[in-house]
Amino acid sequence: MNPKTPSKLEQILASGQLAVTSECGPPRGSNGDAIKKKAEIIKNHVDAINITDNQTSVTRLCSLAAVIRLKLMGLEPILQMVTRDRNRIALQSDILGAASFDIHNILCLSGDHQQFGDNPKAQNVFDIDSMQLIQMVRLMRDEKKFLGGDDLERAPEMFVGAACNPFADPFEIRARRLAKKVAAGVEFIQTQCIYNLDKFELWMKQVRDMGIHEKVYILAGVTPLKSAGMAKYMKNRVPGMDVPDEVVKRMSGVSKDDQPEEGIKICVESIQRLKEIEGIRGFHIMAIEWEERVPEIVEKAGLFPRPAVASEPFSL
Amino acid sequence: MIVAERKPLEEIIGFIKDYKKILLVGCNECVTVCYAGGKKEVAILASALKMAFLKEEKELEVKEVTLERQCDQEYLEEIRSIVDQYEAIVSMACGVGVQFMAEKYQTMPVYPALNTLFMGGAEEMGVWAERCQGCGQCVLGQTAGICPITRCAKRLLNGPCGGSTKGHCEINKDVPCAWQLIIDRLKALGKLDDYDNLMPIKDWSAERSGGPRKIVREDLRQ
Amino acid sequence: MSYPDSIRVIQVPCTGRVDVIHLMEAFQKGADGVYVVGCLEGECHYYTGNLRAKKRVQYTKKILDEIGIGGERLEMYNIAASDGPRFSQVAKEMDEKIRALGPSPIRTALQKIHAARQAGVNVETS
Repeated sequence: MNPKTPSKLEQILASGQLAVTSECGPPRGSNGDAIKKKAEIIKNHVDAINITDNQTSVTRLCSLAAVIRLKLMGLEPILQMVTRDRNRIALQSDILGAASFDIHNILCLSGDHQQFGDNPKAQNVFDIDSMQLIQMVRLMRDEKKFLGGDDLERAPEMFVGAACNPFADPFEIRARRLAKKVAAGVEFIQTQCIYNLDKFELWMKQVRDMGIHEKVYILAGVTPLKSAGMAKYMKNRVPGMDVPDEVVKRMSGVSKDDQPEEGIKICVESIQRLKEIEGIRGFHIMAIEWEERVPEIVEKAGLFPRPAVASEPFSL
Repeated sequence: MIVAERKPLEEIIGFIKDYKKILLVGCNECVTVCYAGGKKEVAILASALKMAFLKEEKELEVKEVTLERQCDQEYLEEIRSIVDQYEAIVSMACGVGVQFMAEKYQTMPVYPALNTLFMGGAEEMGVWAERCQGCGQCVLGQTAGICPITRCAKRLLNGPCGGSTKGHCEINKDVPCAWQLIIDRLKALGKLDDYDNLMPIKDWSAERSGGPRKIVREDLRQ
Repeated sequence: MSYPDSIRVIQVPCTGRVDVIHLMEAFQKGADGVYVVGCLEGECHYYTGNLRAKKRVQYTKKILDEIGIGGERLEMYNIAASDGPRFSQVAKEMDEKIRALGPSPIRTALQKIHAARQAGVNVETS
């Protein structure tokens, strides 16, 4: 697959090397330095950094402003965008705004329901869904058109990504749903956190049988567990999360002080095993409020140093 | 049918606390079927309001009437001769009936006694659930007869999202995942391949977003 | 079978015949308390009459709470048709409970309004 955009992430994936991405959640306030600080910790160990968009429907500093901050640091951001809060007018407008700062990666999501956040009484938008957002970005990029049919000047050059949760139900259509996203025009996928590797392998087999792995770059999502409590919470409380009993048992089997180390170990072992799966083209490490451990995970997993591909320079 | 439920009594009492004579009007259609605003509920509300007033040592005169429909001009006319004898109307119809009543009797205060909730049906006795949001462009032909706009909390046209768990929606274990239902039914129909079709971006102009909607049928108009 | 004089018995073919409005109207007319006595659960001649009555009593209790009459003035009991002693005991219990709660605010208000009417005073204050 030849790169179609100036995205650094796309260059690395197209070169056949395993990519590594991670993510930063923006602060609950207007302190832009908070993002800078998080990014500083991981910048040498990842190829691109996702900025989450009001994740779990909790109001935060916007992902658009945060990715611009990363861009100004010379880093490679991935703009996460949910369709929960913006209609097609706002989405297109924000995409152009991001493109004006040469943001080259976008992750198209529908978003968690607002019930989980700090404004459960809010209206939701869902004018379009994540698949239709993928189509819309591709239309803007490839056809240089607005959704309304008008031409647009200086089209966004964005490498288009989406999320995928192989562990949600019904399992039997999860690979088919990925195929739909590919048909919609998605170019890379970051998966939900993988703890149940057996089930993930089964899903990847379905993906390969359909030939999808050759049409989209799949980055396997991992999240290091900080504690046995976190493992139990993810297992029981987070919709669509599959944490096997063995993982909970393994975390609970060590003393509280040793649990963080055990969590890192599990994460690194998972990456090692995932590397062996045909069709896995990289990793997305979501260390939730634990960015400081990302470099160590990347190193221990044998993913360091990162390929020397410079991000396109940008300044105001 | 349109499904509604009675407002808290305190709210209704708040509307009418300064009146002595009210006309309490029920509706024989949807709200009778969902036990919210039919003849029976009119009688119960009248009794409750009278007692609430009595407790404050005030007397409230309540005239109970239940019309065939409050969303039809001709039935609303039936109370014209008595309306003047009362200070306010409390309507136990859906929001449509309340507004038609207010339009019909311009100088009469009209208050709603119900909260109008949704278009739905009775899944069993005492349980009503939403089935339609009146989007104006029905997609049921493409979704195995199950509406994702109504029954998916994110109204995804290309679901299910990553929160679908064991047949339930991520927002609540009591809410079935619409897309699980769609897929199950597509399978039962031997049409699972239809799932692979991408649903296009929807035209919402036929829905609330396009402004208040109206149908004019010249063949019927007088 | 004896029971306190304060209690007036209204016979129905089955408690399933008792509707919310009947209970409401009893209070509206000034009853201090009302209780519904049905057959033992599972022994209704009409299968579920007493279970329906139980739910209606629960619903009416909520309304009485909402308007400040007090849902505790309304109860439902299940007593076997042959159990006279239990019927007497429940009657006594209910009588004591309602006496402890005092007169219903509706009855008090009705009395005041009636007295004022007699005296030719208009008490409608709203």
